[in-house]
Amino acid sequence: MSAEAHTSTEYIKHHLQNLTYGQHADGTWGLAHTAQEAKDMGFMAINLDTMGFSILLGALFLFFFHLVAKSVATGVPTGLQNFVEWIVEFVDSSVKGSFTARNPMVAPLALTIFIWIFLMNLMDLFPIDWLPGIATMLGLPFMKVVASTDPNATFGMSLTVFALVIYYSIKMKGLGGFVGELTLQPFGKWGMPANLLLEGVNLIAKPVSLALRLFGNMYAGEMIFILIAIMFSGGAVLAVTGGVLQWAWAVFHILIITLQAFIFMTLTIVYLDMAHQEHH
Amino acid sequence: MNINMTLIGQSITFAIFVWFCMKFVWPPIVSALEARKKLIADGLAAADRGRHELELAAKRASETMHEAKVKASDIIAQAEKRAMQIVEEAKGAAKEEGDRLIASAKAEIEQESHRAREALRGDVAALVVAGAGKVLRREVNAQAHADLLEAIKNEL
Repeated sequence: MSAEAHTSTEYIKHHLQNLTYGQHADGTWGLAHTAQEAKDMGFMAINLDTMGFSILLGALFLFFFHLVAKSVATGVPTGLQNFVEWIVEFVDSSVKGSFTARNPMVAPLALTIFIWIFLMNLMDLFPIDWLPGIATMLGLPFMKVVASTDPNATFGMSLTVFALVIYYSIKMKGLGGFVGELTLQPFGKWGMPANLLLEGVNLIAKPVSLALRLFGNMYAGEMIFILIAIMFSGGAVLAVTGGVLQWAWAVFHILIITLQAFIFMTLTIVYLDMAHQEHH
Repeated sequence: MNINMTLIGQSITFAIFVWFCMKFVWPPIVSALEARKKLIADGLAAADRGRHELELAAKRASETMHEAKVKASDIIAQAEKRAMQIVEEAKGAAKEEGDRLIASAKAEIEQESHRAREALRGDVAALVVAGAGKVLRREVNAQAHADLLEAIKNEL
């Protein structure tokens, strides 16, 4: 992206727009070519880049892990098996550390969350113009590489987790127990409206904070990469500074992407653990 | 940045991934890990047991060695005793044999002297008869005086 073709604002906006497929205002179906077009498509549209990258990465993760799972041996592990076992043991110990009930779904769920988010975040470390550049050559108007900078992806995950929390809350405590938990504490039955307000906010805050924390971190990180990338078109000195900054930020970002994946996983485990606990 | 169908698509994708992971990825790996853990624990336990058995065997070996030593010294003592006994017995037998030889030699000597005496007696009797016959010449009839001569011979 050269400065002649785009102003900085356009450059940033271009990088923050998903490749959206949906129904245009005139009734035809197709890709949105401007941000406004994408907005006008409303809910009945789909972000092809988010879906594509997330499915690709998730499939990659499951493919390699399944490969190991099929040929797993109890003897001395080698290569890929070693690596996979290391991750599995890490996730397993995390789950055993904070999840006290018994549920065979939680650990695989945690593993999927951790690796999938990590891989989606990892796409952030690709030089920011490579994949969108290729997409432009292929004639695609937009290409957002990091799926976790799309709130659809983060909310998609956190709402699924939220559904599981509610499902297990009702399953373990009964509908009455769950409603009671929402209405009868902390102030007893005479403070019911206040209880409902407090506990309701508490409940809703879980998926929202999960999704927004991941989205916010990744979005901000992506934004910084974009801003650094703008420096490349500002002369030799700025370009070199930008290169150094990009490298430094990428190194720091490795920490962030791992941390965010870990936080999402740990909080999911904790929320599900709370759902399984008989309260107070 | 618009919320759209992607939200639902992502939820479904996520659910499918979790299901797949739960079905095909997690259980085999975890069970393999458990199996290995058990294998290692068993190995360590076996090593422990082996070490313990080695200790026991060493103890048993030293006990056996000690026993063998005691037995060997017993056997040696017994053998010495037996040897002494045998020597004693041999001594006794030799003495007995000697005594027997002496006795038989004595008996033989006795017998021999007896025989010599008998012969001497006969010779003397004959000599006496011859002497007497010479003296008496005619008057003495050897046949008539045989009784007398016999009596004399017995007296000698």
